[in-house]
Amino acid sequence: MVLYALKRVVFTLPILLGVAIVCFALVHLAPGDPLVSVLPPDATQSLKEQMMALYGFDRPYYEQFARWIARVVQGDLGTSIRTGRPVVLEVSKAIGNTFMLAAVATVIGFMLGTLFGFVAGYFRDTWLDKTASALSVFGVSVPHYWLGMVLVIIFAATLGWLPPTGAGPGGSEDWKWNWEHVRHLVLPAVTMSVIPMGIIARTVRALVAETLSQEFIVGLRAKGLSEFGVFQHVVKNAAPTALAVMGIQLGYLLGGSILIETVFAWPGSGLLLNDAIFQRDLPLLQGTILVLALFFVVLNLAVDVMQTALDPRIQRT
Amino acid sequence: MFLATSTKLLEPILHSPGYWRTVWTRFRRDPVAIGAGVVVLALILMAIFAPLIAPQDPYQGMSLRRLRPPGTPGYLLGTDELGRDMLTRLIYGARISLFMGVTPVFVALFLGTTIGVVAGYLGGWTNTILMRTVDVFFAFPSVLLAVAMAGALGAGIGNGLIALTLVFIPPIARVAESVTTGVRTRDFVEAARASGAGAFLIIRKHVLGNVMGPIFVYAMSLIAVSMILASGLSFLGLGVKPPEPDWGLMLNTLRTAMYTQPLLCALPGVMIFITSISFNLLTDGLRSAMDVKS
Amino acid sequence: MEPAKASPLLQITGLKKHFPVKTGLFGRPSSSVYAVDDIAFDVHAGETLGIVGESGCGKSTTARLLMGLIPPTAGTVRFDGKIVGSPALPLKEFHRQVQMVFQDSYASLNPRLTVEESIAFGPTVHGVSRREAIARARSLLDRVGLDPIRFAGRFPHELSGGQRQRVNIARALALEPRILLLDEAVSALDKSVEAQVLNLLLDLKDAFGLTYLFISHDLEVVRFMATRVLVMYLGKVAELGPTEALYTKSRHPYTSALLGSLLSMDPDQRTERAPLAGDPPNPIDPPPGCRFHTRCAFAEAVCSLHEPVLHAAGASHAAACHMVPPNGEHSKSGMAMKAVS
Repeated sequence: MVLYALKRVVFTLPILLGVAIVCFALVHLAPGDPLVSVLPPDATQSLKEQMMALYGFDRPYYEQFARWIARVVQGDLGTSIRTGRPVVLEVSKAIGNTFMLAAVATVIGFMLGTLFGFVAGYFRDTWLDKTASALSVFGVSVPHYWLGMVLVIIFAATLGWLPPTGAGPGGSEDWKWNWEHVRHLVLPAVTMSVIPMGIIARTVRALVAETLSQEFIVGLRAKGLSEFGVFQHVVKNAAPTALAVMGIQLGYLLGGSILIETVFAWPGSGLLLNDAIFQRDLPLLQGTILVLALFFVVLNLAVDVMQTALDPRIQRT
Repeated sequence: MFLATSTKLLEPILHSPGYWRTVWTRFRRDPVAIGAGVVVLALILMAIFAPLIAPQDPYQGMSLRRLRPPGTPGYLLGTDELGRDMLTRLIYGARISLFMGVTPVFVALFLGTTIGVVAGYLGGWTNTILMRTVDVFFAFPSVLLAVAMAGALGAGIGNGLIALTLVFIPPIARVAESVTTGVRTRDFVEAARASGAGAFLIIRKHVLGNVMGPIFVYAMSLIAVSMILASGLSFLGLGVKPPEPDWGLMLNTLRTAMYTQPLLCALPGVMIFITSISFNLLTDGLRSAMDVKS
Repeated sequence: MEPAKASPLLQITGLKKHFPVKTGLFGRPSSSVYAVDDIAFDVHAGETLGIVGESGCGKSTTARLLMGLIPPTAGTVRFDGKIVGSPALPLKEFHRQVQMVFQDSYASLNPRLTVEESIAFGPTVHGVSRREAIARARSLLDRVGLDPIRFAGRFPHELSGGQRQRVNIARALALEPRILLLDEAVSALDKSVEAQVLNLLLDLKDAFGLTYLFISHDLEVVRFMATRVLVMYLGKVAELGPTEALYTKSRHPYTSALLGSLLSMDPDQRTERAPLAGDPPNPIDPPPGCRFHTRCAFAEAVCSLHEPVLHAAGASHAAACHMVPPNGEHSKSGMAMKAVS
């Protein structure tokens, strides 16, 4: 088991290198001058060249990449062109807010998803199944940014129950556990939870249906095992996969929060990315993408190792 | 030649229904899937015949009639922030939105299948190099990759298409690789090799026929995701540029009217939702129809 | 040894296949499965050479090596004196001469192709027009006992196991080969169907002047089909000889043990042979010396020290056992196996 975990970590290293290359290349894909956002439009040619040399943009790509990687490994993602503050600080603060949102959304999505999935799998081909399945199709089909707008229209604009945007009163960007902040979290978290809800419900339904149709369950029932006992078996069989899907979904939400954060003006990594793109703040763009991708890779690794540890059916060495 | 070839043997032969015929028969009995298929067909027809159906010009606005609610006489679904007929723009929107949603999946289907089938059939180092490269792109959450690519390349239909295609190649390549690896070791492929056929011919005649089904269904299931993602890019301002009628972009530009005309600004989202759910239900029906146990 | 004959149709020398077994952190091959380990034999035109042995002895690997489906670790296959895979005889050309029928009749047919398409595929690879290939497929179907009108357009799942195997035979014959490699071709069939297919094979052999390599674990079927028999044990040739001689006067204790596990119709024969107990040893780590010594009733010190070579034990008959050569170190060396069997 430890050997397997180690092996997985070793195999992840080239992926991480690849991810770094892609992040680096992305910025160089960007058309136009990399300094377009810092230089005045009437800058002289010599000033331009000076700045290019200062940022190292005049060096060959592999050298720029090596320098960049060397700094990244030391935790230096550069300086935001827009704010002049270190990218690491900007990103870490924003990611905290996004993590809050994504984690709550994943938990809500997981609870509703497993509920619907179990009901659908247990009462296969009844109206309960059809209703639960319809909800999960809704979850995977609805454009969540639009759903967010609809919820804002209903609960903020029309009913006035909840605030429409922001993470706290008065544009607060620091999360606190108090009633006002929680009120701000409700709409974006519920909106976001729809994505994992649909996927987890589908997964759980399939797992439950498969487990129930297996011969050992038929045998256990024939031996007079109570329905609760059968239920325990089903949970035991479905749990590892369902938890793994939940973990991967958390990663997707962390990386894919940009749409929802834009709708709700939630001060997270998505909104930061949005700002970086539209203000052509390339170091910030590069840093945010890199950190989010690293999160996703590490999370996937953790999920894979944990699933292997939890699920007795997977034998890996 | 140790066999006498008789021309008489070329007479018509009784033919069994093929695999796809059987799938169609099963699919036909699924009312939900048929319903979803009809909606998808209607959307496609709407896109093709937009100029014939739409009551007004999609670009021509009337500044005096801005943001009218649905039900306004002469403007069945109201008017947008520039006074353009909403119904017309929703109808025309099907053109770009469907194009932006469907094209990347089909391009990725072609490229991803090529990568996956070649990697799966040849195995060895070819497989390692191709699939590890795919893994790198798979290491990005799809929304992040699409946004990052589109953000770096800049807004526009072409860049949006490139970004979305890149998002869908890795998952399709993975599915293609895994089903091809499964088929490669089957005896009928060995038998084909034993008859002296080369890799290209075997892939074309024996591998593709057995792997295209699952890969295609998987790609179909991505169309719904692609629709949401493509509209999402436009919603962020990273996809289609104004004044083109696109559902995602309309959602973006109408956001300012969220409090004054809530029903109006929710309409483009309804279109995205209908399209996405129809593709999802169609795919579900197709998948269960193809699950033929013989 | 065998009297000088016309050169053999197929000549196998020093054939080896070792599969690396991956272990360790970086998946480096640390040991190998010795699936086929230095075997040599000839196949003569017109004969049926039976290859027998327990599952895992390397029969199927040998078949796949012969067909060039997997690359050998070492060794050559000569067809008509020409080395297969050399410029004189490219693999593609060789495949026109040697074809194979697999054990699993369903897995060996493409489920998406009709029966006639499957049969016609081979000829089209070799430049036969599609129209002619289809015609050939239908005439072959007729020849293997399946009415083309009824069967040509069917898909594999619509056929019974016996019908499918007839299709596979027709597919193999479509290239007009001289040798047919039958790898457990009837093993998965019901006994009654098996007999029909075996008779069909005998009939086709006569009609088309074919040479068969008949691989099977079923000794009775091999006795019915083969003119000569090769016994394999853990990737090695244990014994090779004419069918009747081998079945009545086996020279290798392994052959005797295999034959002993058959239920004889003659009660007198039942108890005399040594029973074969246990499973074959792991081919990853084959025992030293004679590979059979761990299960052999006559094993002595020499057997675990030296590997026996194939030694002549009668006309066209040879066995790899220390008891065969007259002046060996084994206490029973030179004794006729008839005495012990």
